Amino acid sequence: MSTALELGIIVGYLLVALAIGLAAYRLTERTAEDYFLASRTFGTVVLLFTVFATLLSAFTFFGGPNIAYLHGPEWILVMGLMDGIIFAILWYVVGYKQWLIGKREGYVTLGEMLGDRFGSTGIRTLIAAVSLLWLFPYVMLQQIGAGTALTALTGGVVPFWGGATLVTVFMIVYVVLAGMRGIAWTDTLQGAFMLVMVWAAVAWVLVEAGGAGTAAAGIAEIDPEFLALGGGFYTPQRMLTFAISIAFGVAMFPQVNQRFFAADSETVLKRSLALWPVLVLLLFVPAFMLGAWAKGLGIQADVGAGQNVLPLLLAEFTPSWFAALVIAGAIAAMMSSSDSMLLSGSSYFTRDLYRPLVGERSSSRREDWLGRIGVVAFAVAALIASLLIGSGASVGVVGAILVDVGDTAFGGFAQLALPVIAALYWRGTTRNGMYAGILGSQVVYVLGVLVPVFTVPVPTFGTIPVGVAGTYFGWGVSLYAMAVGVGLTVVVSLLTTPSVGEDASLYFEGLSAD
Amino acid sequence: MTSTVATYAWIGAMAVLVVLAIPWFLWGNSQVVAGLPIWVWWHVGWMILAAVVFRAFAKRAWGIGIEDGGEHA
Repeated sequence: MSTALELGIIVGYLLVALAIGLAAYRLTERTAEDYFLASRTFGTVVLLFTVFATLLSAFTFFGGPNIAYLHGPEWILVMGLMDGIIFAILWYVVGYKQWLIGKREGYVTLGEMLGDRFGSTGIRTLIAAVSLLWLFPYVMLQQIGAGTALTALTGGVVPFWGGATLVTVFMIVYVVLAGMRGIAWTDTLQGAFMLVMVWAAVAWVLVEAGGAGTAAAGIAEIDPEFLALGGGFYTPQRMLTFAISIAFGVAMFPQVNQRFFAADSETVLKRSLALWPVLVLLLFVPAFMLGAWAKGLGIQADVGAGQNVLPLLLAEFTPSWFAALVIAGAIAAMMSSSDSMLLSGSSYFTRDLYRPLVGERSSSRREDWLGRIGVVAFAVAALIASLLIGSGASVGVVGAILVDVGDTAFGGFAQLALPVIAALYWRGTTRNGMYAGILGSQVVYVLGVLVPVFTVPVPTFGTIPVGVAGTYFGWGVSLYAMAVGVGLTVVVSLLTTPSVGEDASLYFEGLSAD
Repeated sequence: MTSTVATYAWIGAMAVLVVLAIPWFLWGNSQVVAGLPIWVWWHVGWMILAAVVFRAFAKRAWGIGIEDGGEHA
């Protein structure tokens, strides 16, 4: 009964999304700027929700509550610092400046903007290549996750490859048709839906369970220290590492960064700045408290084996149709967050890699088509990789990978942030400084998170560790790599002179909203 | 244009928002008020305060550091 209901809700959701995509397609001009940026026309609500929904949908309902259930609800504070404050500040520091420059010069991607400033196709392709390197596995994870979820939901009737292929085909059709405008509209609908559902879930669970006080007392009985701030999993270093590196990573994630170009006006950016902390408050406090309360209310979830807390909690305290609605919404959200990534991935690929490499100057109508072909290529390549890697994966393994690589990708994008901010705010930044900062920080970060440290025996010294560890003194390597990146950018810029073709005035003169 | 003093005051205000987003002085505190840990209430208040500060920034100081060419007038 519940399975049919969940499937029905997912199919219903996809049909609504498709209808919105078709409506958006009818409004679309056939140009790349319209396909990738909806012709820079987003208002406050659409811009805010489309940034929010692309990023946090699956984590809000599964990963986050699981962490709160296992270790306590302190992740609320991490999200507050990360998205409510640091990202909001970057919204101004990076977003507003990018919007001003992009609007005047007609930029569609970050690589384009930096390539122009430094008179360098190399910088442009480097930014795109680094971004795609981190984006690609992230899209794969969405496919693997959605494919596995469909398999689990149908009790194995739909095999993993079938589920992943089905989801990918739908995404391709949708993204090729809808473009940025359609995606942003569904994001808005979905964001509003998620907000309503999470508060309805809180109300339902607390009424059934006898209130927040009862739940808190239940937690205190099991573990008096559970609700104490910090301790165990939560060290100051770990909380700050996550908050800082993910906040900077978010600002450089292609589908978020590109949305900085898509605001309709200065007023839209101003209004949304103040709404960031409010949205964070409204979504994460209830979602993560649900995870913590589940512990006090006696829910037994084996998170390590791939179980998620929230579905179990809802199954216990709410009717099956309500639980199905929330879970199906979350799964559908996971699928749809890949849409934005595909679209941004395609724009980075076609504009910053393909075109400069083949040296083509195409008409805007042709580029619009090229963008759509890029979506298909990117999605199919990711699907093939997903099928090769993910075919043996069980639900539990996928859950673990989701958290690990997800965080790795955010840290990888975070490495771009400081060199980009240096370029935006310091005239002295040179092309060579950018190369050094971007490449240096990526190398340190990749060594730290993806390459294990090994030891080499040296006579008289014993053994010497070679490589970069994941943490030093409790702080994650992503922060050290960021420091290396900004250090190299500044030092190499000071040691070199601007090359022919560099034009700092692009970022520093005549910028105003009027 | 905005004065240098105002620019540094805004930078200071943002820094305070960042530093106290996690209430370090409540570290280890497990007191529950109205069903929620006291530090969750701090978070609620702090996010509202941040929204007010960001709103004020958008109204009064929007454009500093950017529209004047990145150099403080």
